[in-house]
Amino acid sequence: MNETNLAGAVPRRKMEIGGLVGVAAIIVVAIIGYFLFPSNLALLTRIIGTALLVLSIDLVTGYCGVATLGHAALFGAGAYGAGIAAAHFGITEPLTMTLIGAAAGAVAGLVSGAIVLRAHGLSQLVLSIAVIHLFHEAANKASGWTGGSDGLADIMPDALLGMFEFDLWGQTAYIYGVVLLLVVFVLLRMLVRSPFGMLCRGIKEDPIRVHAMGASVNSTLLKMYVISGMVAGVGGALNAISTQVVGLDSLSFTLSAEALVMLVLGGTGSLFGALIGTVTFMWFEDLVSAANPFHWLTMVGALLIAVVLFAPRGLYGTAQHLFSRRTERSA
Amino acid sequence: MSAIFEVQQLRRNFGGLVVTNDVSISMAKGDRIALIGPNGAGKTTFVNLVTGNLKPSSGSVKLAGEDVTALNSMQRVRRGLVRSFQVTRLFYDMTPEEHVSLAVLQREGKSGRMFGSHAGMREVMEETYDILGTLGLTALAQSRVSEIAYGQQRLLEIALALALKPKVLLLDEPAAGVPQSDTGRIEQALEKLPADLAVLMIEHDMDLVFRFAKRVVVLAAGTVIFDGSPSDVTNDARVREAYLGSYANAGSAA
Repeated sequence: MNETNLAGAVPRRKMEIGGLVGVAAIIVVAIIGYFLFPSNLALLTRIIGTALLVLSIDLVTGYCGVATLGHAALFGAGAYGAGIAAAHFGITEPLTMTLIGAAAGAVAGLVSGAIVLRAHGLSQLVLSIAVIHLFHEAANKASGWTGGSDGLADIMPDALLGMFEFDLWGQTAYIYGVVLLLVVFVLLRMLVRSPFGMLCRGIKEDPIRVHAMGASVNSTLLKMYVISGMVAGVGGALNAISTQVVGLDSLSFTLSAEALVMLVLGGTGSLFGALIGTVTFMWFEDLVSAANPFHWLTMVGALLIAVVLFAPRGLYGTAQHLFSRRTERSA
Repeated sequence: MSAIFEVQQLRRNFGGLVVTNDVSISMAKGDRIALIGPNGAGKTTFVNLVTGNLKPSSGSVKLAGEDVTALNSMQRVRRGLVRSFQVTRLFYDMTPEEHVSLAVLQREGKSGRMFGSHAGMREVMEETYDILGTLGLTALAQSRVSEIAYGQQRLLEIALALALKPKVLLLDEPAAGVPQSDTGRIEQALEKLPADLAVLMIEHDMDLVFRFAKRVVVLAAGTVIFDGSPSDVTNDARVREAYLGSYANAGSAA
């Protein structure tokens, strides 16, 4: 009995502290960003939107082991969902737009999950690429709804909660983004620690063993895909609300691939890794593209090669590994 | 005595090759049966047919009176037909505590819960540590599985099977790959299996077979050539010829 209590209590306390540290870290970084780059809040908001996409990829790739290069389909569906609701149906209340984005992302997650999960490994990757191209082409052709290659404009969100106008400087959008990110982070942290999250990690390691326990691998993965779609959809909706346009690039292979790279950079299978990867990548991209507009992609490439060679677990994963090795040695 | 598990005339051919040839085995509660046979006898195919990983060409599998032949492997597990693997299949990045509690949660239909954590569920944790305790794995409960010894991983395989509270347990070479010095612990674990559980063990280690099994079934070329007590198996001419060979001769010479 005593043993049971002991064994249960320790990780739980550790986990609560970890969650609080995460929330505090997001808030601190957000405040620093706000004061350090007051004229660049639009970039910071874009980073948050992309971070939601990267978190959403982490759910299926990092926690479930599903390979995907088509995850922007879920993000773009959220962006177009919120955008079309505003531009065509006059639904301009930002919270409602966000919810519509989440729902559109979930539907896109259900559709692409149903396709992608039919295969494994390399063929899964190829299917995911096919999915993003199909989504992209569908949005391109349905220009009456999406604005096609011109993009969808005329998105004029109302004041947030009827009080805070979306200002020219992007302050409202930024704060709204930070709050969304915090809410999503807390919910996802709960999710990945839950029995469902544990089941997903099991599937990532050995689906046959999970099957032999009597659990359905495919329906579990599909559920995760839908949840992942909601998260990406929120990110897309935030993008639509803050930039007031939705372009085909939000539904592109490039964005899918870049987001996956950000995840690998930060470290798969951890929420912090996804966040750190996004911030590092987009900050570095912004920095070097300003410093050298001609060769910045080369530098981004060099950074990636360095990380993959010298820190294969990603920035966060490697730091965590080093830290746990040190505490083990000192213990 | 009613059979808890009944395989009738199970047959499987791959093209013209009959791999499992009208095999029938019946088990009652508490049975301890060893299934042996030379390499290529069709043991693995038989296990795959029984667990639902392969579809039989003909024949039936009944579990507690219910015909489960048409059910897939997952549905069979949920009805109490559980297997262990010849080569350990575990989640190497997870802890034994997580493994066993996941199995307990799955059995109780709670593995899809998206809130709370297993560590906060008192009954789950108590049962988990009960099982880990039975198998002597408590001290390793929080270690990563990739960091524990192979013999202990094999014990964890048994722990997982127990956590699912099966009616019938198929053990596929539970001591395979375990150093001789550690097989004793596997045997102890097998002795502690619930008394009313029907166990079918596939094993090459004859010492283990003779100590564990009350009944031995010998499979050769997809056909059951012997079904009887362990003491008779070495004297059976067909078994000697098909399988035991030098082992039986060594026994009679001693």
